[in-house]
Amino acid sequence: MSSTETQPEDTPIDHRTDLLRQMLRIRRFEERCAELYSASKIRGFLHLYVGEEAVAVGVTHALSEDDALVSTYRDHGHALARGVPMDAVMAEMYGKATGCSRGRGGSMHLFDVRRRFYGGNAIVAGGLPLSVGLALGDVMSGRRRVSACFFGDGAVAEGEFHECLNLAALWQLPVLFCCENNLYAMGTALNQAQAVTDLALRASSYGLTSWPVDGMDVIAVAEAAQRAVEGVRAGAGPCFLELRTYRFRAHSMYDPDRYRDKEEIERWKQRDPIDGLAADLRAHGELTDDELSGIEEGIKKELDQAVAMAETAPVEPVEDLTRFVYAERPR
Amino acid sequence: MAATSMAQALNAALRDALSENERVLVFGEDVGQLGGVFRITDGLTAQFGEQRCFDTPLAEAGIVGYAVGLAMGGFLPVVEMQFDAFAYPAFEQIASHVAKIRNRTRGALSIPMVIRVPYAGGIGGVEHHCDSSEVYYVATPGLKVVTPATPADAYTLLRAAIDDPDPVVFMEPKKLYWSKEDTELRYDSEPLGRAAIRRSGKDATLIAYGPSVPVAMQAAKVAAEDGLDLEVVDLRSLVPFDDETVTASVRRTGRCVVVQEAQGFAGFGAEVAARVQERCFHSLSAPVIRVGGFDIPYPPPMLEHSHLPGVDRVLDAVDRLQFSDEPDGRYLTGVRA
Ligand SMILES: Cc1ncc(C[n+]2csc(CCOP(=O)(O)OP(=O)(O)O)c2C)c(N)n1
Ligand SMILES: [Mg+2]
Repeated sequence: MSSTETQPEDTPIDHRTDLLRQMLRIRRFEERCAELYSASKIRGFLHLYVGEEAVAVGVTHALSEDDALVSTYRDHGHALARGVPMDAVMAEMYGKATGCSRGRGGSMHLFDVRRRFYGGNAIVAGGLPLSVGLALGDVMSGRRRVSACFFGDGAVAEGEFHECLNLAALWQLPVLFCCENNLYAMGTALNQAQAVTDLALRASSYGLTSWPVDGMDVIAVAEAAQRAVEGVRAGAGPCFLELRTYRFRAHSMYDPDRYRDKEEIERWKQRDPIDGLAADLRAHGELTDDELSGIEEGIKKELDQAVAMAETAPVEPVEDLTRFVYAERPR
Repeated sequence: MAATSMAQALNAALRDALSENERVLVFGEDVGQLGGVFRITDGLTAQFGEQRCFDTPLAEAGIVGYAVGLAMGGFLPVVEMQFDAFAYPAFEQIASHVAKIRNRTRGALSIPMVIRVPYAGGIGGVEHHCDSSEVYYVATPGLKVVTPATPADAYTLLRAAIDDPDPVVFMEPKKLYWSKEDTELRYDSEPLGRAAIRRSGKDATLIAYGPSVPVAMQAAKVAAEDGLDLEVVDLRSLVPFDDETVTASVRRTGRCVVVQEAQGFAGFGAEVAARVQERCFHSLSAPVIRVGGFDIPYPPPMLEHSHLPGVDRVLDAVDRLQFSDEPDGRYLTGVRA
C-alpha cells in the first residue's frame, strides 16, 4: 500500500501526440454536444467531462482490448477513449437507432458490448459492483483480464463503494478502481461529504494498493494506470487510483453552478490537461502549429460526419417500443 | 392573486412548516446551497440556517435511516430523494424500517417523516429519471402515499404530510413543477386522504392522479365538444384511498376509466379498478378500463410521447365504455402499440 505521487519519469509513454489528439477529440465532441443541446437536437440530461479528459485517455491507454470498462453517467470521454466510434456515440446522443445503445441509453447509458464497454450508469456507485462481478467471473474462468471502473468522488459516500473495495481486496480480484475526484458531487464539495478527503488513503484502509495521481496530466495518468494494470493483471489484487481532477463546466446543463467560486474554476483552468500537454510538446519540438491544426481538422471532419449521420439516422420504430424487455424467441 | 408554480408552492410549504415548527428539518443531497436539483428547497438554508436545512453526503439509505432516528427522537424530518430511481438505494430503509416501526412497537413509536420523491416522466429524461415508482410504496403497508396535481394542492398536501403522524411518501410529478395556477396557498389542517372532483360530469368518471390529472382534464374537454360529459376525480392520496368519493362518482355515472402514467401491469390503476367493481358492480354499465404506460422501462425523449398515455389513449378507452352496442369509433384516433 503506498500513497505517493507517481514519478512521471517512471516509464516513458510513447505516442504523446496521440494522447493529445484523443483528449482534443473528446473536448471538441463535447463542445459540439453542448451546442446541439442548446439547439434541442440532444435532449434529456447532459453531463460534460470538459477538464477531465486526461483521466479517460490515460486510463484507457493502459487497458488492452480484452479488459472490461464500466463507466458513469459522465461517460462520453470514457466511451470515445475506449474506441466506441464517434458516429455511434453521437447517434446515441441524438437518441437514434444507429446509436451504440440503439438510442435507448442516451448520453448517460452509452454501451458497447463488443468493446467490453459495460456502460454508462446513471446511478451513482451503481457500476462498481458490476466491475467486481466481471472480475470475479474472469477469476472463476481462469482468464487474466482486468476490469476497470470509473466513478466519482460522490460514489465514495455510497455503501456499494465500501462493499466493493472490501470484497475485491478480500478475494484479491483483478479490479482497477478509478476514482475521478473532481472535488464536487453536484453541488456538494468533497470536504462537506467526507471526513477523510484523502480518498487514496481511505481506499488503502480496505487493504488494497492505492495512490493519488495528478489527473490533469495525461502522462502521469497513463503511467500510473500502466503500473496499476500490470500489478492487477499479474494477480497482485485490486488497485485504486485517485485521479485528482476538476470539471470546468457545471455538473449538467441544468446546473447554475453557484456552489464554486469563479476563481477556483479559473485556477484549475490554468492546468487544462490539453493546453498543458500541447505546450510541453511544442517546447520539446514534438508538435508544430501545422501538426496541431492538422489534428484539429481531422477531428472536425470526423465530428461533422458524425453529426450529419446522426441527423439523418432513423429513430427506433414505435412498433419496437415494447421489445427487449424480455428475451425474445427467434422470430 | 399571483400565478404560482407547483415548485414555488412546495417551496412555500417547506418554508412555512420550518417557520411554524422548529422540529421540522429538511435535508438530503444538494438541498442546501444549491437548493435542490429542482430548486424546491431554494433559499431555505439562507433563511433558516444549516441546522434546519442541510446537505448530506450522497447516500440515500443513510438519509432515510437518519430521518427515522430523528423522527424517533421527536423531530419532523422532510428528506429529498433527487429522482425516483435514486430512492431505490433507500428502499431497504423505507420498506424495512420507515413503514414498520409503528407496528413493530405496537404504537409506542411514531415515525412522522416525509420522503419527497420527484417522479414520473414527461420531461425528456430517460430511465432512472422518469420512473413511476408509486406502486412500490403503495404496496408497503405503513406508508402513506400522496401526489398533488396542482400548485394549491402541492402546498396543502405537503403541509398535511408534514403534520401527519405517519410516514408519508410525497410524490411530486416533475413535469408539473413549472405548471402555474392563480391561487392563494392555504392550509387549514385538513388531513390527508380526500380525493377532489376536478370536473363534474354525468356520463363517465375518469380517475386520475398526479401527472395524469391534466391529461384527464384535457380529455374531458375534448369529449365535451363531442357531447360527452365526463367527471374527473383527482385522487391526491393513493394511501389512504378515498373510497367514498370514488364510489359516489362511479355510482352516479355508471362508467369508469382509470388513467395512470405508470406501466399498466399491477399498477395502482389495477387496485382502483378492483375497488370500483367491488363497490359499484350494480351501477356499472361497462367494465372499468385502465389506461397507462406500456410495461417497459421508461423510454428516451424521442419515444416518450408514444409511451405516455395522452388524450387520444384516454378517449380511446372512453370509446370502449359501451355507450351503445354499436361502437361508433368516434375517438379511435390514438397511437396504439
Ligand atoms: C444513487 C444516486 N443518487 C443521486 C444521484 C443524483 N446525482 C447525479 S450525479 C450526482 C453527483 C455525483 O458526483 P460524483 O460521483 O462526484 O461524480 P461527478 O458528477 O463529479 O463526475 C448526484 C448526486 C444519482 N445519479 N444516483
Ligand atoms: Mg465529483
